[in-house]
Amino acid sequence: MLQIKELCVKYDNIQVLHGISLELQEGELVALIGANGAGKTTTLSTISGVKRAFSGQIVYDGKDITKAGTDEIVKMGIVQVPEGRQIFSKMTIEENLILGAYTEKDSQRQKQNMQRVMELFPILRERRRQTAGTLSGGEQQMLAIARALMGNPRMLLLDEPSMGLSPLMTEQVFDAVKSLNDQGTTILLVEQNAYDAMEISHRTYIMENGVITREGKSSELMRDPAIKQAYLGGD
Amino acid sequence: MRYRDNPAVRFVCFVLIPLLILIICAMNRGHYYSDLICLFGINAILAVSLNLVNGFSGMFSMGHAAFMAVGAYTSALLTISESQKGRMAGLPAWFQTFTLPFPLALLCAGAAAALLALLIGFPVLRLKNHYLSVATLGLIVIVRAFLDNEDQFTNGARGITGLPSYSNIVTVFVTALLLLYIMYRLIRCSSYGRGLIAMRDDDVAAQTLGVRLVTKKISIFCLSAFAAGIGGALWGHLQSVISGQFFYFTDSFEIVEMSIIGGMFSLSGGIVGALVMTFLPEILAPLETGLVIGGVQLPELYGASNLILAVLLILLIIFRRQGILGYSEIIMESIFSKRTYTGLFQARTYRDLAAATRAKLAGIGKGKQTCK
Repeated sequence: MLQIKELCVKYDNIQVLHGISLELQEGELVALIGANGAGKTTTLSTISGVKRAFSGQIVYDGKDITKAGTDEIVKMGIVQVPEGRQIFSKMTIEENLILGAYTEKDSQRQKQNMQRVMELFPILRERRRQTAGTLSGGEQQMLAIARALMGNPRMLLLDEPSMGLSPLMTEQVFDAVKSLNDQGTTILLVEQNAYDAMEISHRTYIMENGVITREGKSSELMRDPAIKQAYLGGD
Repeated sequence: MRYRDNPAVRFVCFVLIPLLILIICAMNRGHYYSDLICLFGINAILAVSLNLVNGFSGMFSMGHAAFMAVGAYTSALLTISESQKGRMAGLPAWFQTFTLPFPLALLCAGAAAALLALLIGFPVLRLKNHYLSVATLGLIVIVRAFLDNEDQFTNGARGITGLPSYSNIVTVFVTALLLLYIMYRLIRCSSYGRGLIAMRDDDVAAQTLGVRLVTKKISIFCLSAFAAGIGGALWGHLQSVISGQFFYFTDSFEIVEMSIIGGMFSLSGGIVGALVMTFLPEILAPLETGLVIGGVQLPELYGASNLILAVLLILLIIFRRQGILGYSEIIMESIFSKRTYTGLFQARTYRDLAAATRAKLAGIGKGKQTCK
């Protein structure tokens, strides 16, 4: 469904991604893990068009989207949930969700999506007239995901959904991510929380300093002693 | 129900009373106060249109005077009489006899200003925060230099005289209401407006939802300039004389002040800011010429009203940074929403009003407020 080939990205003169390649099949949940500054967020932002590629190619459904604008990419069904719960805190939850359907002009479809999303996250229905800034951290993360779902994406790019959340909240968010994937949404999940991410994902890519060092089935990688030591806190 | 949410209260405060004042002043045309009220209407257009950019798009422009100037000159050139044009240095022959009716001239004024905004938008809107502000100040300087030195169309530093006095309470307020209505619908009742506010609050998040940042920024900048151009044209037709010096830093700052005082995050804030900045200096003016208070003759204090305004502005920035209205859209909602008018014919409105009044009176009796 999505192929990235030899992608290089620069911030001014500093090269951050040194030719990474990765691939997602339809219906997969893939984790991309690595330390701070490895280039995980850059990878996501480049796929969604927020950041421009320096060289390399991103192919989605057989189409080259490397140079497409963010709005076109959103319309094609790839939606990024940015890092750090970037919700619109002064707007109500409902308004946040309506904004998520920015590219969907059909109000009937908008309403259906709103119903579906609120079934997935009942807490949002309860508080739909509250301003989003009054939600707890976990609820804000759920809102950010729900907002992305309003655009009817075929593929979600999740950037550190567990950032700053309590372990209990993290678990809830990851459960939601898993059930989304079970319902058919393809997901690329960027995480520092390697253990949880690998546990729910089918495959994992490991990134270090802008290159992909390992890839494979999550269940197999989790048993690998070197990876256990570096990322999972085992010995 | 709160007092201020009651349709009857809204209708009286924001529709009926202003309308009565306008009608009374319109009947005394040419009077000092009716000119002042025209000025208020023009200022409201300018301040609200500045709020579009400064309050709702996350950019901070200070270049409104430049757009006003372009609008004023455009409309002037399209409406002044043949004899006035004859006095100007070198207008092309075909232009000597060319005039347009006032509404069309206003539209052209807005379009010319919007065109300028479009031209400078692409380079300037790449900048952020104070860099953008400084660049818009540069625009004022450029426009002023052009007006003062170009001779053929702008008559150089002498300016253009004899603009027909088309601006009166009726034309100014009909134009203002139309523009305000368009801006209100666009910002508060459309997905365009929601996307704009999203961009202001968090541009990356807005982008990931499919909001096109560049298109948004340029279009809102042009729309704001369009309204400013019309405002400038109305101003020109009110003064009947224009020249480059009328559209400079102080004039731009005055509009920025209006927008900040009233509250730049609400369109209604622009109206309140225009109200304060139009009438407060007039109220303070007697101070400057030496006022007699309780038999005591105060000395003449030239510049006192500016000083007081400045101090008020500083206090406002310290204690109420979001401006007088903050985020409330009460004036626009009252004037433009259907509920205000349909609500007038519902018995519930008056029952609620009576109940709220009783509660308020009871509260005053006990020395404390029970009704918010």
